[in-house]
Amino acid sequence: MNNYFRITDEFISVEDVVNMVVRPESGAVNTFIGTVREFTKGKRTLYLHYDAYVPMAEKKLAQIGDEIQTKWPDARVAITHRIGELHISDIAVVIAVSTPHRADSYDASRYAIERIKEIVPIWKKEHWEDGESWIGDQLETKAYPTGKPEEEDLYG
Amino acid sequence: MVKVLLFAQFQEAAGRESVEIDAAGHPISHVKSVLKENYGILELDDANVAVNEEYTNMSTELKDGDTVAFIPPVSGG
Repeated sequence: MNNYFRITDEFISVEDVVNMVVRPESGAVNTFIGTVREFTKGKRTLYLHYDAYVPMAEKKLAQIGDEIQTKWPDARVAITHRIGELHISDIAVVIAVSTPHRADSYDASRYAIERIKEIVPIWKKEHWEDGESWIGDQLETKAYPTGKPEEEDLYG
Repeated sequence: MVKVLLFAQFQEAAGRESVEIDAAGHPISHVKSVLKENYGILELDDANVAVNEEYTNMSTELKDGDTVAFIPPVSGG
C-alpha cells in the first residue's frame, strides 16, 4: 500500500514519491524538491538536524492533502519529509502533485509547501561553522503579529 | 497523569523527551507553568499546543491519560 504522507529518516527517492501520483487521468505532475542550502544570509551551514513529532506530522501532512483535495478536487498528492542529520544538497522534502492540467499542479504544490511551514510539527536545527540554533517560523509570505500561527491557520 | 512531549529547543532545555505531570482536571496553561518553574523551559510563549496529536489552545482542560505536546515554531520544508 502506498504511504502518501510520510516522515522518514532515510534517503528520499523522488521517483517513488512521483510514482504514487502518476495516473491516466493526469496530464501534469509537478514535483517540488526541498534541499539543504549551504549559505543563508552569508552564514555557512555545515549540516542540519531535523526533528519531528512523527505521528502528528504525518497526520498534518495528510490534512494538507485533504485541503488540496477540497481546493483542487482532481489533484492527487504525495509528500515525504526526511528527518535526522542532513548535509548540503540532501533532499529534505519531496512534494508530488498530479492534476489533469498544469496550472492546478503548480498552485497545489505551492500551497502544500507553504502549509508545511505553517502546521507540520517538524523542526530544523542549523549547525553553522560558529554555532548552532533551532530555527523558528520561516514563512516568507506571511507575518505572524503574535509570533505564531493563528487558529485559522492551524485548522485550515 | 498527563504525558507531556518535548521537542527541539524544549527537549534540550529540559534534558528529556517527555515528562509525566499530575495535571488531569487542569488547563494546559497549568502544565506550561510547571514546565517553566520545574523544568527550566522558558521560551514557551511562542509555542503551540496539541492534545492527542491535534492542535488546541492553552485553556483546554486535560484528562487522565492525555498526551500534550508543546510545539515550538515549526521549520520544516
